[in-house]
Amino acid sequence: MSNLLSWIVFLPLLGAVALLFLPKSKNEWIKWVAVGVTGLDFLLGLFLLLGFNSSHAGAQFLENFSWIPQLNVRYLLGVDGINLPMVFLTLLLSFLACVGSFGIKEREKEYYFLYLLLTTGMLGTFLALDLFLFYIFWELVLVPMYFLIGIWGGPRKEYAAIKFFLYTLAGSLFMLLGILALYFYANPHTFNMLELAQVAYPSLFQQLVFLAFFLGFAIKVPIFPFHTWLPDAHVEAPTPISVLLAGVLLKMGTYGFLRISYPILPEGARWFAPAMGTLAVIGIIYGGFVALAQQDFKKMVAYSSVSHMGFVLLGLAAFTTDGFNGALLQMFNHGTITGGLFLLVGVLYDRAHTRDLNSFGGLGAKVPIYAGILTYFSLASLGLPGLSGFVSEFLCLLGIFITNRLFAGLACVGIILAATYLLYMIQRVLLGPLNPQWSGLAEINAREIFTLVPLMILILWVGIYPKAILDLMTPALGALLAGF
Amino acid sequence: MDALESLPYFIPDLILLASAFGLLMLDFSIANKKLLPLLGLAGILASLLFCRYPAEPLPLFYGFFVLDPFSFFFKITALGIVALTFLISLDYEIPYVGEYVSLFLFMAFGLTLMGAANNLLMIFLGIEFVSILSYLLVGFLKKDPRSKEASLKYLLFGSLASGVMLFGMSILYGLTGSIDLNQIQSQLAAGQVSKGLALVTLLLMMAGFGFKISMAPFHLWAPDVYEGAPTPVTAFLTVGPKALGFAVFLRVLHTTFLELQSDWGYLLAVLSMLTMTLGNVIAVPQTNVKRLLGYSSIAQAGYILMGLAVSNATGVTGVLVYLIAYAFTNLGAFLCVIAVSNHFGNDEIENYAGLSEKSPVLAFSLTLFLLSLAGIPPLAGFIGKFYVFASAIEGRFLTLAVVAALNSAVAAFYYFKIVRLMYLTPAANREPVFAGTSFWVGLALTLVGVVLMGIFPLPFIAFVQKALIL
Repeated sequence: MSNLLSWIVFLPLLGAVALLFLPKSKNEWIKWVAVGVTGLDFLLGLFLLLGFNSSHAGAQFLENFSWIPQLNVRYLLGVDGINLPMVFLTLLLSFLACVGSFGIKEREKEYYFLYLLLTTGMLGTFLALDLFLFYIFWELVLVPMYFLIGIWGGPRKEYAAIKFFLYTLAGSLFMLLGILALYFYANPHTFNMLELAQVAYPSLFQQLVFLAFFLGFAIKVPIFPFHTWLPDAHVEAPTPISVLLAGVLLKMGTYGFLRISYPILPEGARWFAPAMGTLAVIGIIYGGFVALAQQDFKKMVAYSSVSHMGFVLLGLAAFTTDGFNGALLQMFNHGTITGGLFLLVGVLYDRAHTRDLNSFGGLGAKVPIYAGILTYFSLASLGLPGLSGFVSEFLCLLGIFITNRLFAGLACVGIILAATYLLYMIQRVLLGPLNPQWSGLAEINAREIFTLVPLMILILWVGIYPKAILDLMTPALGALLAGF
Repeated sequence: MDALESLPYFIPDLILLASAFGLLMLDFSIANKKLLPLLGLAGILASLLFCRYPAEPLPLFYGFFVLDPFSFFFKITALGIVALTFLISLDYEIPYVGEYVSLFLFMAFGLTLMGAANNLLMIFLGIEFVSILSYLLVGFLKKDPRSKEASLKYLLFGSLASGVMLFGMSILYGLTGSIDLNQIQSQLAAGQVSKGLALVTLLLMMAGFGFKISMAPFHLWAPDVYEGAPTPVTAFLTVGPKALGFAVFLRVLHTTFLELQSDWGYLLAVLSMLTMTLGNVIAVPQTNVKRLLGYSSIAQAGYILMGLAVSNATGVTGVLVYLIAYAFTNLGAFLCVIAVSNHFGNDEIENYAGLSEKSPVLAFSLTLFLLSLAGIPPLAGFIGKFYVFASAIEGRFLTLAVVAALNSAVAAFYYFKIVRLMYLTPAANREPVFAGTSFWVGLALTLVGVVLMGIFPLPFIAFVQKALIL
């Protein structure tokens, strides 16, 4: 199929438009159209995976059309080893979270409309190879997200939604200035990322523009000290949106480094590497400690994201093959693991209507299947060998160890912290005497298990045989590293 | 070209004048007053029909009225804005419809005059003509004290600004002995006039231009006038005279004072930052939607000024692109505001609570307009903002670019105040907002403009670039 990438990006948008023509009362239809569209899109993603030539480092499935000739803006989509895992992750999570959205019972038409719009935005961000196009998709993610948190969120949803929106918008405006600086430096002026990577920029220019992009990406990741929107947004967002927020949106930030800052501004990236490593270590340890102190289950997982995303940054700061491989793999693994954890938090919250960790206890005997799955995801998250989290965090540490042993040593503290807060959580929720309040708690149902099983398989598979996915990434990352 | 030769090129303007006078007469004999705006609309369309793109600049009436691509562009823009204003006005309870429509037709002529003026005298006359019509239109609800107060305030401010501008023009004439912009330019270029004095005259003239485009520190009239005027007039004032004010400003700066750009460029950059910051910061606590959009329109003028301050090719294109985008967006936003205000009888923003449940299409459209004002892609406002940001980066006005970026984030906050009310706050009742046919026609036009220009800006940019072949 030609234009496969365009189909992948715009199929959800078509679905969203189709939803507008369905009457509000047909809730069942609306739901199934959304699931059908995301499911079909996922199948297209599998198709892409099959057609992808993993030995080739450059972009494939290129679609290149002139869009605004006066500004030399092109509609340029392409896939390579860096964005393929992200696209796959996005397609998988948006399908699973769509199935996980069945708990949403009000204003469903608007919900699924915005959900599909968000999906198009996320996919476009990962597939665009033209900076103008990239920026448009990047911003397109923002607006539906505002509504999804603001309408269907928890008690403080309005505050969380506008905080998320303004933080990200402020960051992306600086990114826009960076994009313009690159555009005007290149001669002839272009937004094409592949061409911009060929231009030699002076050092000071690289550093300044790197900082402008850094602001945009750092807020999205989020890197300490720009992380304060994250716990608010996560706690208030409905479960499926938390899944996408943690699983996909945070990756947009680190993907930005790999796709734009690093290849286009190699000198700036080198210059910033020590700061990046420091911020990574701060994020890992700070996020871990704060997660340890949380009473709220969801907030704990949110802060654990800050910690785990720190490993991605650590890998990026390493400038070694292992580090880059680890960073990209960690992005993928964090998406599957934390996405699963948020789904599990949602399962519990739907039944108990509380997320207070201290109010649970002894659920292991009451809901054994749920307990088993929760333990599985927790162990993956804390880096148990044999599951995927271990592989990527190990690679990140291996990568940074060659460059900076101090960072590597400090980051290991984060792994201990992860084990501590996750096991402490398991102890408080699953072990001990059963709180009689929960004697009527229902077991996880088949639909919920269906949303988790694919993630569990991926976690195990990547944990045992990471080569399968690393082989896809290595050529592109190798080419990236060769540019330094 | 003498008067007789000029007449064939002057047909569109004659049509405007004829329909303006004709409607005044018809007002006595027509019983169904609702027809009058439609007839006015027909006059505008007839005038548009006779507009021809001039291949080369035509100096009509001994050079007092220049028909060049630039003035052609602004003529089309002005006529389009007035036409949309008629559509907007149909749903609004207006007394003395005949006079109202007729004044707007004169206004269309006045705006054309501003765009085509190429010498100091015509610039002054054009600006005064438009200003006086504006005072009348602002005070049109003569039983409403706020409307009267606004009109008087506007008149006092406007007279002062015009006076200062005229003072500057007279000094410039005294220095160069000419009122023609091109001749003054050649005098300046020849070094006959001291640079400092020339700058002083420009500074004085800026009072008049700044007043029209609501540039700080000449913006003080704007919030009260925008709040007090009949809402369709407010909608018109935030785009029409503003666009033409920019046209005159741009022409004067580029025809006459281009060599002094290094001097006024930084001044305008500072004023631009001041304008956008004042507009945005004061807009945040507003609870009256007209006042909020009024301050927002001051801030928008600040963004457009960026392009003028930098004045490179991207910046000038940006000014024009921004003006089209802004005209579509702001007229659309006011269209929605009028529908809601008519329904509730006041302009408080609490009225918007739960609007998405009561009138989903209206709420969705207003959201798109507000997003476009905030410069979120892929909508028209983003293209405009993109251009002015680009010009600032290209011209290395880094401080300006950073201040504008921060301002955009602040602006998003208050635009989202309305969005939040519409979507996140539950409605008090389920009574939908009534809107007539003209509302839907106007909404469709502005909405198509906002979305189309965002996704396919190509024809719009091409139109602008054709206007700038001076």
